[in-house]
Amino acid sequence: MSENGIGASVRRKEDRRFITGKGRYTDDINRPQQVYAWIVRSPVPHARILTIDSKAAEAVRGVIAVFTGSDMAADGIGGLPCGWGITQKDGSQMAEPMHSPLAQEFVRCIGDQVAVVLAVSRGIARDAAELIEIEYEELPAVTDLAAANRSDAPQVWPEAPGNVCFDWEIGDAAAVEKAFAGAAHVVEMDIVNTRLIPNAIEPRSAIGDYDSGKDEYTLYTTSQNPHVIRLLMGAYVLHVPEHKLRVVAPDVGGGFGSKIFHYAEEAIVSWASKRVNRPVKWTADRSESFMSDAHGRDHVSHAALALGSDGEFLGLRVSTLANLGAYLSTFGPSVPTYLYGTLMAGTYRTPAIYCEVKGMFTHTVPVDAYRGAGRPEASYLLERLVDKAARQTGIDKVELRRKNFISPESFPYQTPVALEYDSGDYHACLDKALEMVDYGGFDARRRDSAANGKLRGIGFSTYIEACGLAPSQVAGQLGARAGLYEAGTIRVNPTGSVTVLTGSQTQGQGHETTFAQLVTESLGVEFDQVEVVHGDTGQIPFGMGTYGSRSLSVGGMAIVKALDKIRSKARKIAAHLLEASEEDVVFEQGRLTIAGTDRSLSFGEVALAAYVPHNYPLDVLEPGLEETAFYDPKNFTFPSGCHICEVEVDPETGVVEVARFVAADDFGRIINPMIVEGQVQGGLAQGIGQALYERCVYDEETGQLLTGSLMDYCLPRADHLPNFETATTTTLCTHNSLGVKGCGEAGAIGSTPAVINAVVDALSELNVTDVPIPATPERVWRAIRTAQAA
Amino acid sequence: MSRVVSFTLNGEPVEAAVEPRMLLVEMLRDTLGRTGTHVGCDTSQCGACVVHIDGNSVKSCTMLAVQADGAEVRTIEGVATNGKLHPMQEAFREHHGLQCGFCTPGMIMSALDLVRHNPDPDEKEIRAWLEGNLCRCTGYQNIVRAVKAGAAAMRAGGAESAGGRADV
Repeated sequence: MSENGIGASVRRKEDRRFITGKGRYTDDINRPQQVYAWIVRSPVPHARILTIDSKAAEAVRGVIAVFTGSDMAADGIGGLPCGWGITQKDGSQMAEPMHSPLAQEFVRCIGDQVAVVLAVSRGIARDAAELIEIEYEELPAVTDLAAANRSDAPQVWPEAPGNVCFDWEIGDAAAVEKAFAGAAHVVEMDIVNTRLIPNAIEPRSAIGDYDSGKDEYTLYTTSQNPHVIRLLMGAYVLHVPEHKLRVVAPDVGGGFGSKIFHYAEEAIVSWASKRVNRPVKWTADRSESFMSDAHGRDHVSHAALALGSDGEFLGLRVSTLANLGAYLSTFGPSVPTYLYGTLMAGTYRTPAIYCEVKGMFTHTVPVDAYRGAGRPEASYLLERLVDKAARQTGIDKVELRRKNFISPESFPYQTPVALEYDSGDYHACLDKALEMVDYGGFDARRRDSAANGKLRGIGFSTYIEACGLAPSQVAGQLGARAGLYEAGTIRVNPTGSVTVLTGSQTQGQGHETTFAQLVTESLGVEFDQVEVVHGDTGQIPFGMGTYGSRSLSVGGMAIVKALDKIRSKARKIAAHLLEASEEDVVFEQGRLTIAGTDRSLSFGEVALAAYVPHNYPLDVLEPGLEETAFYDPKNFTFPSGCHICEVEVDPETGVVEVARFVAADDFGRIINPMIVEGQVQGGLAQGIGQALYERCVYDEETGQLLTGSLMDYCLPRADHLPNFETATTTTLCTHNSLGVKGCGEAGAIGSTPAVINAVVDALSELNVTDVPIPATPERVWRAIRTAQAA
Repeated sequence: MSRVVSFTLNGEPVEAAVEPRMLLVEMLRDTLGRTGTHVGCDTSQCGACVVHIDGNSVKSCTMLAVQADGAEVRTIEGVATNGKLHPMQEAFREHHGLQCGFCTPGMIMSALDLVRHNPDPDEKEIRAWLEGNLCRCTGYQNIVRAVKAGAAAMRAGGAESAGGRADV
């Protein structure tokens, strides 16, 4: 390994600008003549818009224009498209209603975009917005999943009777029925997976900048995938050809999924910029983030596990209602289906699985991918159910898992729910985590806690995830309306430094460092001679962006593929210069050498020859040294791991404290251990946040968003969390040459069930068998009191 | 209706005519072009906007620009001197105390004020002090490590970097 190559905890290239205040986020950008947009949003969850009177607002000094949905419609602006179609049980397609960037006639959730005010300052735009008079005819609304599924529920869309967007299934229902018929034990559970609000600390922001001289649009936006935004907004919304539309995502301050999607505000500022012939800037305040960023999770499920007399899993049956919100967000339908139902095997050999999911419309903010996206919902359901099975059958919860693990010899392993796992060793992760937590010492720790009046519990989660989205042909068969490859360009500059252009888009994952390590490893170029460029469709090749832990296993592989082309060409050039045959040229540690001799050239000399081709095989080789590659993965990757949580519960107050958190994860080969550990820690914080603190609440009567600020919605703070103890075990991914699997989502996928299983374990001596998430003090206290009363 | 506000920003005198209702963070970002100070929540919850006013950490989204008249204001852009990173900045990089970087300026400004009050904070004290700064990326573990290491480096570096007015 070279000093800054694969496996080194290289300190990050990007940090200098962030720690000195020189980061450049979207809201840091200002364009000459820019005006500010303020979006008027619906204060009610469901209504018909009767009238909009904006005369008073338009008369305010400094106001440039007020636009509504009818203005956009008059210009032929299209709806925000959905990027994934679901085929239902009966073979028909899901309901797919139009989502206008500005509401047409109806509003369907709190925060729905109704009008936009443009003014010379944000303050004036906001003041003027207060003067717009909108008459709403309020209509009945439904925000809760179970309520939306009732026969008398208010209807969100006429084209989705019963509020059903799709009714989908995967697996073999008949085989599952047979398994249950022959079961020694059947374990059943109702499981709620709460709605979450992602809350990246940088609010979304967008600047539309139309150039009338060139008839071109530039959109600066907080995005995880600028090319996806260009494709969707150009082709479906604005009807602008891609060569006339440039999308720039500069530094992005966290995303966690919420900045994947094409949002109404991006289309509004782009279109409005042309209408007023000035740049238009919009930046969300935090209230708008709460009511307009796509939310996550929100499932209600019933699950049943059939076991044989020795505790072997025979069958699994899952029925889930998934909240999609009022509109289909860009990838909304894929999350509770192909990123959820396909994960129901977990790390286990369950031979028969059936999962059905009804995707439901409600009068709420759209729901889409949030860190883990479907996989946390699956692992939460499965790992809670396995723990309950252990209690019900009396089999130790560690042994029950071991007994049912897919064995390390069984790979590749075909699950009953479509996926084929390529590699893994679930025993190794479990063993490692047990050793780290000192499982044998738990009883003593429990006694110590009891001596302090606390109840101590231990909880396990042995999760799997499917990452590296995605093999395009498979995704296409399942309903994806885009390819899911990634592109990378290696541009070797004449003096030997390297510019990497990647379609991956960092929001904090450290791509500028990790990708530079790949270059250093491959070409032997010094780390500080490598620059990574991303986030600008005007500069980078067409790429699909960052989500689903795909940046290294797909984006990194595109870079590796391009590096291989560079290496191949460099050897040809060196062979010519050294008057040797190409087969004899060895390229190691930045030097190209004729094998067995001391005759060699540095990579820099070869690069210079490519750009100054005075002595160069021009008849067979083009000058220059720049290569682009597109990489389409052969399969998903399958990171896995074991998370163990120990909690202390105060039975008098219901307060839960995470006393220990141990994570042993298998991410395949690791390029930068420091960055990987950071990704795990951040994911754990979000997963623990869901378990103990975070929950989006709509008022069932009024449909109002009650958790609309950081004072109502509890993000974990520094004093809420412990120090995490993390380690990795390694089985290599078998279908990419790096052997990498991905690590961005694991923390959020594995941790939530481990925490709740620990809380239930702690309370088991008080006969508590379940606690809801988040396990807030009040809810834990009530669970204790209810169990004691019973 | 605008008012002239003048103060010292990172050692340099600045002056601008601003609306009386303008927030300090808006003046720093929009009027003076110092975009290192961020706005994450507008409600004093997230701490991305923390700056120092006369040496004390303040959430600049919760203070009017006119209130800063005559003050010594220090932002993240004024922490490094002559191109040399401050030990606290170095510590954040060394210990991977940042990912997306959006909360980082506020974290560093808060951490510096902590060390001014308590040159040798333990982990619990650091976590308690940072209660007003939200980070969604790191899970805080490496931020806590960074602050502890930064404080140690500041102690080793002597009073100049260890805080007090010299750090303002």
